[in-house]
Amino acid sequence: MVLDAVRSRIGGPETQPSGKPITPRNFHPKDIVVVVGAAGGSFGLVWLIFSQLLPLQGIQGFLILWAVAFVVMYYVATREMDGTIVARDRVMAAIITVVAIGITIPLILILGYVTAKGIHFIRVAFFTTTMENVGPLSPSSETGGLQAIVGTVEQVGIAMLIAVPLGVMTAVYLNEVRGRLRRPVRIFVDAMSGTPSIVAGLFIFAMFVTGHGFSGFAAALALSVLMLPTVTRATEVVLRLVPDGLREASLALGSPEWRTTWKVVLPTARSGVITAILLGIARVVGETAPLIMTSFGNNSLNVNPFSGPQASMPLSAFKLFQSSQTADVDRAWVFAFVLIAMVLVLFVAARRSAQRQLVRR
Amino acid sequence: MRPASPIRPPTTAVGPSEGKEPVATRIDDGPPRTVPSPREVVALRTKGDRVFRGVATGAGSFTLILLVLIGTFLFLRAMPAFKDAGWSFFTQTDWVPPPRGTSTSYGVLALLYWTVVIAIIAMVIAIPVSMAAALFITEYAPRWLKGPLTSLIDLLAAVPSLIYGMWGAYFLSSRMVGTSEWLANHLGFLPIFKPTNPYPIYGPSAFVAGVVVSLMVIPITTSVTREVFSQVPPGEKEGALALGGTRWGMIRAVVLPFGRGGIIGGSMLGLGRALGETIAILLIISPIFYIRANVIEAGANSIAAHIANAFGEASGISLSALLAAGFVLFVMTLLVNVGAATVINRSRSGAGVEI
Repeated sequence: MVLDAVRSRIGGPETQPSGKPITPRNFHPKDIVVVVGAAGGSFGLVWLIFSQLLPLQGIQGFLILWAVAFVVMYYVATREMDGTIVARDRVMAAIITVVAIGITIPLILILGYVTAKGIHFIRVAFFTTTMENVGPLSPSSETGGLQAIVGTVEQVGIAMLIAVPLGVMTAVYLNEVRGRLRRPVRIFVDAMSGTPSIVAGLFIFAMFVTGHGFSGFAAALALSVLMLPTVTRATEVVLRLVPDGLREASLALGSPEWRTTWKVVLPTARSGVITAILLGIARVVGETAPLIMTSFGNNSLNVNPFSGPQASMPLSAFKLFQSSQTADVDRAWVFAFVLIAMVLVLFVAARRSAQRQLVRR
Repeated sequence: MRPASPIRPPTTAVGPSEGKEPVATRIDDGPPRTVPSPREVVALRTKGDRVFRGVATGAGSFTLILLVLIGTFLFLRAMPAFKDAGWSFFTQTDWVPPPRGTSTSYGVLALLYWTVVIAIIAMVIAIPVSMAAALFITEYAPRWLKGPLTSLIDLLAAVPSLIYGMWGAYFLSSRMVGTSEWLANHLGFLPIFKPTNPYPIYGPSAFVAGVVVSLMVIPITTSVTREVFSQVPPGEKEGALALGGTRWGMIRAVVLPFGRGGIIGGSMLGLGRALGETIAILLIISPIFYIRANVIEAGANSIAAHIANAFGEASGISLSALLAAGFVLFVMTLLVNVGAATVINRSRSGAGVEI
């Protein structure tokens, strides 16, 4: 017993550090009181001034004034208690936290608004009929999306067939071959990911559509231009994560470089490459601008992507939204709702496959 | 950290520069020993490998070729308009191309002006917000919150610009009227808020478009800035804290200076995105073709939005004029984006950052 006491005094095995990271500063209960007090006090003050003393109204103004009053009150209170340096630290922490959490508000508003607008008029027939017999004056619940779904699936599919092999090979060039053009290629891939989508559309229009006419294939070409940098960059990131030991083992066993890449590196990064493909699809599935000048849009079903104008989800939504008839605008919201649901599914799938890759590593 | 082995062979004496001769060295308690210098590695490539390297190099250079092709095709198709309009294409604000107008009655100046104005409004909002978000994710957030918050911000980037435009036009535009009115009434002495007529209309303005575009730029800037901040050497951060700095003091002294290149590069990348935004702006604004200081009243424009809007009715010279505007946009965004990529790659913090 005495020994135990001594051991605890001098730091025996029981008092070894537990390996838990030490956080620089703990948040005391009194700090919570200060935060709550400043929030409540500023709310009361702003409410009094805003709606009682001055004839102001509107929720935005109120929220902004409340935030400003809170920061000032919080700063003054902590300065009284702990001094200027601590007060500045606390106030910046509060501002950064509020702004970072606040970014999610527009996202929730957008998703909520589109859902609220779209769910009202969506019917099962949306997925089985086309817009052929729907005019601007038809009731809002009459909407056909089959032609747009077929068009989007075909265009994105063809774009994938073009962009994925090219993107993966470019990533292999950047990370496995490591040739002389590596630096300029990387910089221009980065720069190309910021190319405006309308420029891609104009390019395909100038190069392809003027000779061959509007078609789903032209749209797919434009989309693949936009998809290429996304796939390349996302693939390169996962190729970089493949341990060098695997490559060295394969090369040491005598397999040539191309077999090492094909049989060792790419299979190891498989789920990462799938994530890259899904990210690429999510990038282009909602693109509207390049489609205006490549696939043009169509109200009836066109299954052949190589000839004639073809519809697609974002383009149909865009055209209907610009109509002057309220029923058409209602239809546009249905298209937008289905489109955002598609994007969400793709996004969640990409996250899932990225997580699986983390687990496997 | 690699655990240090108790006996280190004196590797410092051996290097490629030492030549081909074996170097004799002595370890304190052992007999003299020779450490051979590294052999020169000669890769013997098979035919398959040469084909493989050729194909990969081809794919890699395709990106470069593609950019050249885009520039060339746009320029070739834009030539008729450039020839027709001459320099007035860059000095004329109105847009009435030949079938209705003359060769000097159309130009890209007003479009360019409004494109830049909307991009500036978006960046003024996006830069501080995305810096705060990046700092929160790397320095402040509890571990369980980091992943979900990053996903949510990335999701903001996945929402199609069409949806932003529809939401902006129907939801945000009318709700910003009050704020715009307040700005006009209380900050009306500033030229950007000064009312231009006694009964101003506020909805579809450059201000609303800028706010919506800022939402689309924030995830891009945030992800670059976050990557850079997460690469700050922990030793330097711990040093600042150990010297008694507060967390904010540490951020100001270590994180922000370290991440400067990433912040600048990420912002430029966001700027490139903001300059090229099309559908969202087109759906929100009501187009005008003159230059005006006021940004909160109805009426704005952008090169990309105008191309998308006017494309359906264009042919001949007017079509060529749109392609010329597209060429101007392409060159502008390419310069900004290459600049951004170079800044990020060159900076101490940004090497190896994905953008």
